[in-house]
Amino acid sequence: MATSAPAALRKTALNAMHRRMGAKMVDFGGWDMPVEYSGLIAEHMAVRTGVGVFDVSHMGDIQLRGPGSLDAVQHITMNDASKLQEGQAQYSAMLYPEGTFVDDAIVHKFSPNDYLIVINAGTREKDFNWVRSNVRPFECHANDYSDYYTQLAIQGPKAGETLAKLTKVDLSTIKGYWFKWGTVCGLANTLIARTGYTGEDGFEIYVPSDVPTSERVWNEVIEAGKEFGIVPCGLGARNTLRLEAAMSLYGHEISESINVFEAGLDRFLKIEKGPFIGSEALKKVQAAGGPARKLVGLEVVERGIARDGYPVFDLHGKKIGEVTSGSPAPFLKKNIALAYVPRELAVIDSEVAVEIRGNAVKARIVPTPFYRRPKKAA
Amino acid sequence: MAYPERYKYTREHEWVEVDGKAGTVGITDYAQNSLGDIVFVDAPKVGTKVEKGAVFGSVESVKAVSDLYSPVTGTVTEVNEELTSSPEKINSDAHGAWIIKVELSDPAELESLLSAADYEKFIAEETGK
Repeated sequence: MATSAPAALRKTALNAMHRRMGAKMVDFGGWDMPVEYSGLIAEHMAVRTGVGVFDVSHMGDIQLRGPGSLDAVQHITMNDASKLQEGQAQYSAMLYPEGTFVDDAIVHKFSPNDYLIVINAGTREKDFNWVRSNVRPFECHANDYSDYYTQLAIQGPKAGETLAKLTKVDLSTIKGYWFKWGTVCGLANTLIARTGYTGEDGFEIYVPSDVPTSERVWNEVIEAGKEFGIVPCGLGARNTLRLEAAMSLYGHEISESINVFEAGLDRFLKIEKGPFIGSEALKKVQAAGGPARKLVGLEVVERGIARDGYPVFDLHGKKIGEVTSGSPAPFLKKNIALAYVPRELAVIDSEVAVEIRGNAVKARIVPTPFYRRPKKAA
Repeated sequence: MAYPERYKYTREHEWVEVDGKAGTVGITDYAQNSLGDIVFVDAPKVGTKVEKGAVFGSVESVKAVSDLYSPVTGTVTEVNEELTSSPEKINSDAHGAWIIKVELSDPAELESLLSAADYEKFIAEETGK
């Protein structure tokens, strides 16, 4: 064909539900997703102080199965999956030979022969093709299970109490970045993981992706959370929540042109585990004394909101970098941003200027995360 | 949401209420709803000249920034200072929470603005509803 019509937006099983509930929908990386329901700020605050539920079914799920699956996972991800126990998950990333990002991911160990890698929505096809071609030498099989699951993220200090009403699994026995299988909403063998992307306590559950089941579970979660003020949340709040927690977003803080040291994710990089894709290049970065630029947190100190892509200057007017994500922070009530600046300028408490719609507005380099959830007293 | 008939509207979603040579300018309910939670209003100082169709400031929600286009030409006589501390007033009452007042230099300009009925037709076409 000479011309191609715009590709139809992809939909999760809850698409009709979101529309019925009056969500504002947007095109998010080719997916028709809710950006907000009752309002971004209210949704953000519900997750910080109570509980919120997100449809994150657009995320991808790649299963690696077979006797060579651990070797394959070790080869294609930067964290050390040999340290995982059954029922445990870890934050990790898949890298190009240059040490830059294919994507970040959460690796779950189901059994010695069975791993699940949860990846981003916008990169699903790219990731799966990359995984499939890179695990070929290993005795394992890569399966794309993305469309089989409706994934709900129940997040906030009341997430546990909400989910507890829908399962007999003792959720207190699931620590952060661990998971169990159990009956949820009457669905046996449901994956319950204590993971999320909000900087808050919470769970992610994976249920069958048929519409009736997905809608039933969604409704039951909302009903269970009612006494805690649960609200359905959109991608708008998901973004501001992860930004307050200074969690990376693919295409912003991490990409195929940003390496692990630059992104400050080297605490999840285990070079000592042995060679893997990207490790040689990263050893060289390390040997050279570290990366040339670093990701820093900014707090805008004058009037103005720094946003994605805005240029960053030193106080003499020389351009030194760019904002990767910037927004008002609804809980912190500050205007915050993440930006790349030369390493020698990445000094906490020093001042820079962000060009905001033609004006140089002062910002201070601050420690990240901007928000850290309070430790429980008991 | 009803669009007041005594206001005139732009295709960029501002409204203006005119009394003689005095114009009061704000953004429409459609605009506030598209933007979401408004957290910042950048308005010009009193005495600034504004021009019909030209940018005179901006409103920002958590997720987006949107330019403000002046529906009229004239001089800013007053700025709604309440919006500095409570920009969310625009969300709760877009047609009441004015942003600037302008002394019009050419009231005849108003004729090219949209009536309430035309504006409603315009946004219906934009949203495809």
